Amino acid sequence: MALGRARGDASLASFLVARLAQTVAIVFIVATLVFVLIHLAPGDPFSTAIENPNVTEAIRARWRAAYGLDRPLTEQYVRYLASVARGDLGWSFSMQRPVIDVLADALPNTLALAGVALVLGFGGGIILGAVQAQRAGTRTDRVLGGVALFFYAIPDFWLALMIMLLFAYWIPVFPVAGSVDPAVHEYMSLAGRIVDRLWHLVLPALTLALVVAASIARYQRAELLRVLPEDFVRTARAKGVSERRVLVRHALRNALIPIVSLIGLALPVLFTGAVFVERVFAWPGMGWIVLNAVGTRDYPLVTAGVIVGAATVALGSLAADVLYAVVDPRIRDR
Amino acid sequence: MTVSAPVVSAGAATAPSAERAPRRAWLRRVLPYGGRWAAIILAVLVLAALLAPWISPYDPNAQPDIVALKNLPPSLAHPFGTDPFSRDVLSRVLFGARISLSVAALATAIAMTLGTAYGAIAGYVGGVLDTVLMRVVDALLAIPRVLLLIALVALWHTLPLWMLIVVLGTTGWFGLSRLVRAQVLAIRERDYVRAAEALGAPGWRVLVRHVLPNVLPTVIVAATLGIGQVILLEAGLSYLGLGVQPPTASWGNIIQDGADQVATLWWVSLFPGLLIVTTAIACTALGDALEAALDPHRRTRGGAA
Repeated sequence: MALGRARGDASLASFLVARLAQTVAIVFIVATLVFVLIHLAPGDPFSTAIENPNVTEAIRARWRAAYGLDRPLTEQYVRYLASVARGDLGWSFSMQRPVIDVLADALPNTLALAGVALVLGFGGGIILGAVQAQRAGTRTDRVLGGVALFFYAIPDFWLALMIMLLFAYWIPVFPVAGSVDPAVHEYMSLAGRIVDRLWHLVLPALTLALVVAASIARYQRAELLRVLPEDFVRTARAKGVSERRVLVRHALRNALIPIVSLIGLALPVLFTGAVFVERVFAWPGMGWIVLNAVGTRDYPLVTAGVIVGAATVALGSLAADVLYAVVDPRIRDR
Repeated sequence: MTVSAPVVSAGAATAPSAERAPRRAWLRRVLPYGGRWAAIILAVLVLAALLAPWISPYDPNAQPDIVALKNLPPSLAHPFGTDPFSRDVLSRVLFGARISLSVAALATAIAMTLGTAYGAIAGYVGGVLDTVLMRVVDALLAIPRVLLLIALVALWHTLPLWMLIVVLGTTGWFGLSRLVRAQVLAIRERDYVRAAEALGAPGWRVLVRHVLPNVLPTVIVAATLGIGQVILLEAGLSYLGLGVQPPTASWGNIIQDGADQVATLWWVSLFPGLLIVTTAIACTALGDALEAALDPHRRTRGGAA
């Protein structure tokens, strides 16, 4: 028993190490891709961003030298990787602050939005898929399937716009934009501030959750239909267990294991969805910050946002995989 | 989201008996249930896009009267209303269909070619090369595609249309390459492939003549689903102002034209969005139906039922 336990821990540890190495590799590849993109793009910060005829070529050359842009590409690449590894992501021109500070302010907002949407989306999707599977082939199944397909095929930003139109303008229940009420938030009590934040979170999180729920429901229905004909389900029915209990206690539990692995796959979708939803609702997260930086040509902020975004997704996937390995021991031995 | 699930069938069609209409029976087997509706909807959309210059009521870029005719709600003269530049939204949506559909089709063609070639080489050659190629794909799959596209497009300021197509195509083949590789791995062990190799056929010939035709169904399904995904992606980028550049209409940038004043100009954003959803639903339903029809296990089950 003890021996088996130790071996299990060892395989989990080696699984962890391998996945961690993969995560580091992903961040490295993204950082490299971004570097290549920056240098493939036409011009540099001093030939395109500043279009003042009084700035002579000599001045531009001096600026390039000051920022190390005259050095050989290999040297720039090594310096760049070293500073990314140290967490030095540069200076944001548009915000006049270190990039790392700007992103540190924005990241919690995105995590809050994505986290709430993840929980609501998975919860809703699992329930929807279970209802569909239980009534497979019926009218209810087809109608719900149609609804799921609709939200599966909807562009997130357009859904966000329509939800905003519906629940912020036509039925003005929720705020149109932002994460807090700009006029009175500062004067609220602590409880009032929390409610204010949550109130602003409802529509963006609902949008993202609907999109996530649609694809989870499609998957969950298929997974349950795979489990339902199995022998242990038939045994449970034969024992006289109620149909609801068969579904919830016996079938759903087994169908939930693959769902855990979906969290990792859902994260990139969730994160990119957040970029669009944040844009529509002016939610001050990573996506909003990066898109504004695109508008102001604030390249250090754009590129750092992409690297940090990819790193966040990679770490989230890592966490999901670890969770999966804990839930299902067979994964570690693959 | 790239999670594949089986068909969400829309209504069990009651088709005439097989003896009376053998051609329909064939069609039913190839395209069951919702698949046929999806195919018809897609055909109508493509036709509307092709005929846009003849069926559009107005010139999509004309600004007839920027004061009197701007921001008009839907009416008989302008079924989808007009935008802040007094342009007719219906005409823009019809011309936008040409851009959105052809960008999606071309980008998907690029992605399918790259994905098939990459997956086939990895699966057929095998060994260390396979391991390396698949590790690279794993890493690429883990990168949020939209973030990468935003960085790319932002650094280039504005991409010309052909570059946008190339960029969408070259970032869309990772998933397919894994599917193709898995199939090639299985197919290359079959007897007829072994026989061809034993007869001395060169590797590329075996791959092209004997292995790849068997991968084709997978590619067709992936292409159908992929077109829907690219439609959504192009719309998103164009909405952000990073995709198709105005005044050229695409469904995404028409939505953007109304987005800032969505409370008062809802018709500008609503109609192109509905068309995007319709197209994406049709592509997904058709892809699901094709997948079911091309999967031999499901086909026999469906035939027995």
